[in-house]
Amino acid sequence: MVAADQRATQRVRPIVLHPLLARITHWLNALAIFIMIGSGWRIYNSEPLFDFEFPVWMTFGGWPEVSQHWHNEEGLAGALQWHFAAMWLLFINLLVYLVYGLTSGHFRRDFLPVWPNEVIRDLRAALGGRLVHNIGERNAVQRALYIGVMTVIVLTVLSGVSIWKPVQFQELTAVFGGYDAARYVHFFCMAAIVLFLVVHLTLTALVPKVLPPMITGRLGRWR
Amino acid sequence: MSPIRKTDRRGFLKGGLSLGALSLLTGCDLTDNEPAQRLLWNMSFWNDRVQGWLFNPNRLAPTYPESAVDRVFRYNAFYPEEQAPQLDPVTYRLELSGAIGDRRAWTVDELYQLPQTSQITRHVCVEGWSRIGKWSGCPLRVFLERVEADLTKKYVGFICADGYYTSIDMPTALHPQTIMAFTFADQVLPRKFGYPMKIRIPTKLGFKNPKFVVALLVTNDYPGGFWEDYGYNWFSGS
Repeated sequence: MVAADQRATQRVRPIVLHPLLARITHWLNALAIFIMIGSGWRIYNSEPLFDFEFPVWMTFGGWPEVSQHWHNEEGLAGALQWHFAAMWLLFINLLVYLVYGLTSGHFRRDFLPVWPNEVIRDLRAALGGRLVHNIGERNAVQRALYIGVMTVIVLTVLSGVSIWKPVQFQELTAVFGGYDAARYVHFFCMAAIVLFLVVHLTLTALVPKVLPPMITGRLGRWR
Repeated sequence: MSPIRKTDRRGFLKGGLSLGALSLLTGCDLTDNEPAQRLLWNMSFWNDRVQGWLFNPNRLAPTYPESAVDRVFRYNAFYPEEQAPQLDPVTYRLELSGAIGDRRAWTVDELYQLPQTSQITRHVCVEGWSRIGKWSGCPLRVFLERVEADLTKKYVGFICADGYYTSIDMPTALHPQTIMAFTFADQVLPRKFGYPMKIRIPTKLGFKNPKFVVALLVTNDYPGGFWEDYGYNWFSGS
């Protein structure tokens, strides 16, 4: 949208940067991802794939000492309960968002196109501190990141289903290379989401004016 | 008289409430408080139902060639291997109770004379690890039909010599790959893996595969399970 247009509209009523549905699904997704990662880390700890474990305080699923006392186990049951509860929030919310994004033109308008040369150009500019952030516009790096993280979340759900149901959905499990391989895929998808979150939260901290519109949907006077 | 402990999930939930009260005092995280516990248990019941719908009675678990069998199989229980019960084949009896026509107890020799089938399948643990093993034994369906069990009942429960207990849904009990296993890796089922009989269910997680089974029950009253009562999902289908 042309900047002059924006200013003209703003006099009449505030511009809606993020539609209500996008905001609701964003925050529900944030909650679901938080629970899934925290509980997933504790589930990981019960049988680590690599030579490290997540510190228990960073994991989610109840107080291990309480669980040890009552259940004679280190809180795996609580973590599994959270994981298998929040997966529905993640899944249904994702479905709503994908349907909305595809049918409303939100994806086409805001996340496409992603051309590699543009991504490289904008990345160079961003790293050199030369990339101008126009609120309401997504540069090529952002578009690539959002499409990337959405793809990764879809892959996380699919690899998760492969681990959860390696008999009923055995064809899907086979696509990921079998049960054991699907666990690695699930892990690396998690790692990619965590990396995205680091970038996402760092950028939000650096440009805090982008946060209020994600809550109210509107551009405020702080612009 | 059923030997299976009648565990009421709601009862456990109430137990969870006092646990919640305790955790408020000790200041632990969200999980241990009452509304969170109620929500989590209800989601787990919901997941039981969803998995019941997803379960296809004709869907077989993938099977593997002999070459894929893990030579060193993993031991897993809530106690160390040396404490595994040593059952005497002379005195061992499989007790039957609940909705079963012929509740006569079975000896090891009688069990061994049942028709047998073998399978090489993947054992998946709730913790995440998996191992491929070979088990042989009698399809549970054949046994249930022979003892005239009421196959319209909802649950089949198992009691083990080590104090463990668990239960499964009837459709899984009747699945062709659900067997009473008497051998492991072509040898008599070793003590650590549940001599003389374990229930092998490749469509469920490992903890739903009870070892040292000494009693079997057919019922409509939810029998619960050792880990299930601690919060592991009851259906836990693969």
